[in-house]
Amino acid sequence: MISTSHIHGHTTGAELSEWAQIILALPFIFALIIYGAAVFFSRQLQRPWPFYRIVLWVLGIVCALAAVVGPLAQLAHMDFTMHMLGHLLLGMLAPLLMALAAPMTLFLRALPQGQAKRLSRLLKSWPSRVLTDPIAASLLNVGGLWILYTTPLYQTMHENSYLHVFIHAHVFIAGYLFTVAMIYIDPTPHRNSYLYRAVTLIAALAGHGILSKYIFGNPPAGVPVGQAESGGMLMYYGGDGVDLIIVFILCLHWYRSTAPENFKVNNKANPFETDPA
Amino acid sequence: MTANTYQNSIHSNQISYSTRNLWSGVLFGVGLAAFLDETLFHQLLHWHHFYDKSTTDAGLVSDGLFHAFSWFATIGSLFLFADLRRRNALWLTRWWSGVLLGAGAFQLYDGTIQHKVMRIHQIRYVDNLIIYDLVWNITAVVMILAGAFLLVRTKKKMKKHKGEQRD
Repeated sequence: MISTSHIHGHTTGAELSEWAQIILALPFIFALIIYGAAVFFSRQLQRPWPFYRIVLWVLGIVCALAAVVGPLAQLAHMDFTMHMLGHLLLGMLAPLLMALAAPMTLFLRALPQGQAKRLSRLLKSWPSRVLTDPIAASLLNVGGLWILYTTPLYQTMHENSYLHVFIHAHVFIAGYLFTVAMIYIDPTPHRNSYLYRAVTLIAALAGHGILSKYIFGNPPAGVPVGQAESGGMLMYYGGDGVDLIIVFILCLHWYRSTAPENFKVNNKANPFETDPA
Repeated sequence: MTANTYQNSIHSNQISYSTRNLWSGVLFGVGLAAFLDETLFHQLLHWHHFYDKSTTDAGLVSDGLFHAFSWFATIGSLFLFADLRRRNALWLTRWWSGVLLGAGAFQLYDGTIQHKVMRIHQIRYVDNLIIYDLVWNITAVVMILAGAFLLVRTKKKMKKHKGEQRD
């Protein structure tokens, strides 16, 4: 194995260490258990939880785990294209699926009143406002990627397991903050206008696309040209695919919020309900 | 009588949302042109290149911004279209004028500034490139002219309607 990693062009000979994989996997396994427990408690309180949200959460966890532990994570450590696939799963698809699973709504339902209040106070706090501001979240997300791929950081990451853990945790957290800063599925105390979110989303999407093409033309240190090209293209089109869903949901919410009054009434009336009169 | 007022109200809806009709069309036109560029010329024909070694930094930025914007515009414009429909305010002639203007303007910008000045990529990597460039940009100008023609027609209609209201 050590020799193949040399053939693949990385200066490091070390495989991805097991403890790094375990440390990155544990929070996601924990999140899966917590979510399941919350569904259970919510049912006990006679507040059923939609099945499709559970599916979304599980799928999100699976995407994230695939990127940080097991064969894909191992390959990603040696092959830039695989690394980019992992990046799409961990930083874009998993956060989107998990945000769509509305975890905060579920926790607020399942927690006893005192703790639910504490959680909602946390969501209302000023650090939460700063971190879920669209510009701040975009800078954390796309800005972090620019630093990773245009400096020697990417190469150093492969030599240092601590750095590997830190960067992968950052990619997921920044991706999640970015998603919840753009689309409001959960209760969002600090709301921003649709226009502000739309403009920031376009800028962030542009930053992602520009970086993809930059990587195509300027491989990060230690990455062979062929891998940089296929990785850059995967990043470009994969990013488009996930962002398409975010753009669609943002526009859908925008569309609903501007519904004219008569339409809102018509929309709410259930055509199958029998008229009481 | 009721039918008449109903028809009138549809018409005034179209007029009060004339700007939105135009912008929905323009955004859709930009999105459509970019989408065709991507699917037809990049993916199916493989004429365009993902990245050209002679691309300037400004070209990379411009390409990225337009790609992101057109992606959003395609979806956003269709929601605007749905919004016009639910308000009974859709005015297809005006919407199409926007589509032609948006698609033509984007194609002209792409064919002149992005391809030639910023050199993001060429239409096709062949000897008689000039023919491709001419066809590309003339098509763009024709679309802009057709869009402008429709736009003027809807403006005339609006003036006429306002005149009728006054009588």
